[in-house]
Amino acid sequence: MVEKRGAGIWFTHLSLILGIAIICFPIWFTFVASTVTQEDIIRPPMPLLPGPHMFENYAKAWNEGVNAPVSTMLFNSTVMALGITFGKILISILSAFAIVYFRFPGRMLCFWLIFLTLMLPVEVRIVPTYEVAANLGLLNSYSGLILPLIASATATFLFRQLFMTIPDEMVEAARIDGAGPMRFFWDILLPMSRTNIAALFVILFIFSWNQYLWPLLITTDPEMNTIVMGIKQMFPSGDDWADWPVIMATAMLAMLPPVAVVVFMQKLFVKGLVESEK
Amino acid sequence: MATITLNAVKKTYGKTEVIHGVDLDVADGELIVIVGPSGCGKSTLLRMVAGLETITAGEISIAGRKVNDLEPHERDIAMVFQNYALYPHMSVRKNLAYGLKIAKIPTDEINRRVAKAAKMLQLDDYLDRKPRQLSGGQRQRVAMGRAIVREPAAFLFDEPLSNLDAKLRVQMRMEIKALQRELGVTSLYVTHDQVEAMTMADRVVVMNAGIAEQIGPPLEVYRNPASLFVAGFIGSPPMNFINPALLSDIAPAEAETLGIRPEHCALTTAEAGRLSGTVAFCEALGADTLVHVRMADGSLLIVRSDGDPIETGEAVGVSLETPEILGFDSDGRAIRS
Ligand SMILES: Nc1ncnc2c1ncn2[C@@H]1O[C@H](COP(=O)(O)OP(=O)(O)O)[C@@H](O)[C@H]1O
Ligand SMILES: [Mg+2]
Repeated sequence: MVEKRGAGIWFTHLSLILGIAIICFPIWFTFVASTVTQEDIIRPPMPLLPGPHMFENYAKAWNEGVNAPVSTMLFNSTVMALGITFGKILISILSAFAIVYFRFPGRMLCFWLIFLTLMLPVEVRIVPTYEVAANLGLLNSYSGLILPLIASATATFLFRQLFMTIPDEMVEAARIDGAGPMRFFWDILLPMSRTNIAALFVILFIFSWNQYLWPLLITTDPEMNTIVMGIKQMFPSGDDWADWPVIMATAMLAMLPPVAVVVFMQKLFVKGLVESEK
Repeated sequence: MATITLNAVKKTYGKTEVIHGVDLDVADGELIVIVGPSGCGKSTLLRMVAGLETITAGEISIAGRKVNDLEPHERDIAMVFQNYALYPHMSVRKNLAYGLKIAKIPTDEINRRVAKAAKMLQLDDYLDRKPRQLSGGQRQRVAMGRAIVREPAAFLFDEPLSNLDAKLRVQMRMEIKALQRELGVTSLYVTHDQVEAMTMADRVVVMNAGIAEQIGPPLEVYRNPASLFVAGFIGSPPMNFINPALLSDIAPAEAETLGIRPEHCALTTAEAGRLSGTVAFCEALGADTLVHVRMADGSLLIVRSDGDPIETGEAVGVSLETPEILGFDSDGRAIRS
């Protein structure tokens, strides 16, 4: 740590506060806009202090929204994000387990095939993926939102690297103790990976929550909209009238779940970094 | 309790053979130490007994039962690893109980065995700690405890003390030895440290490049090494090897090399000694001093002397207890007289 005294410490604090203020300003601005009326927003200058209409704006967003109520969209987003996150973790940890601990024909081929999918993100394969999803009747369904995004080469690779740092003696000790492969997986590998799983959960949850392009394609029914794409769809096209306070309230609400995940998982996350001993 | 029998056991990795046929009979309750330099195949041999490596050829029996095709947990053995391999997320208690839980042993019986082992190893106060909250010596004890609670037919140890500091190592090897005596469990103990082998073993197996060069009680191996390799490996400081030309009057005719231990040499004046040379350097150990003497032919000879260190470069003579001189033939085999 660099220790500073007198004027130095004031300067340090001031620049830190300034930095935080700059970063937080757009969020504050959004919050203020969600507590005033449409007229207040349109008439310059924009207010910088919250107005008295917070409750009615949020209630309107929650219950009615513009195309679909925010409550519905939040629910859809939650289902999608949790589905993708748990699915990705489950599939990648199992495939990493298979690749690291079993000698089967084509093992390296499997590994490289998984690795290859890194080069094919959703955006690249979106047309064929849409075609497949449509043929399987997955349009406007949770399965359609979740399944095409569920494989993760990155997570598989991460778990593979983690498993490879676990000493072979651990497996051997478990074998002598009489633990079969799945027992070893549940009793030893999974608990030993729990901090990595927590870290991955945070990253993947936010990644899934922020999915935009795929939900936009696969859902046409407003009842199936997710919140991130829903915000965009609230924007008026052409000369339509935009209900900015409600849009801003929606944006604030859309931020809450990812923030909650980060805040609640942070403890586990940091704990995982501190007790790194394998 | 049980015997262990190895019959012409071989191991090949791909095309390279690393164990070239080892025979060994371990009596009930015996502690056998397998000792040899790094890479000679000690761990491989032990792991074949444990069932962690397949047996390429030959037969291994534990308690009279052929175990070649049995899984490790079916062999009724317990193993202690060099890095302990404790489960880091489980408390000491759970580490000890894990194998028993899988074997579906009733809970009261598990608790009884864990308590007994913990008492024996002075781990009572640490049962609810995680391995990372323990010192090296305590972790070592937990690893021992995990072996003890299984009440196996045999203990297998793979360099269990290598990760401890020197002082703790001395203490732990006595503890392990005492524990093994008390429990009377047949044990195979692998180490590269010949002091451990000498102090712990009922019998030692000296391995070299995949072959068991000599099997016997420690002192027997020390006094009558079967080969040049064993003579040089067992004993610290190592045995002195002398060119027979320097001692042509007493050397056996077929001897290629002569050997004598440092404690059977003594320093005299340059004229009186059988051999002579100059002092290259001295290692003062306190109770005695190791004097390294450079011979006329350039080789070094170590003399264990109880005097004080001597100036480097001083001319000295070395007298030998001639009956203690060993001869080795051109194949490195000891010549028995
Ligand atoms: N999995 C393996 N594949 C190929 N060679 C191996 C393998 N394990 C050990 N070896 C070789 O077998 C020999 C004996 O190894 P090891 O039993 O570990 O020696 P030690 O325990 O005596 O130091 C070494 O030469 C090592 O290179
Ligand atoms: Mg080894």
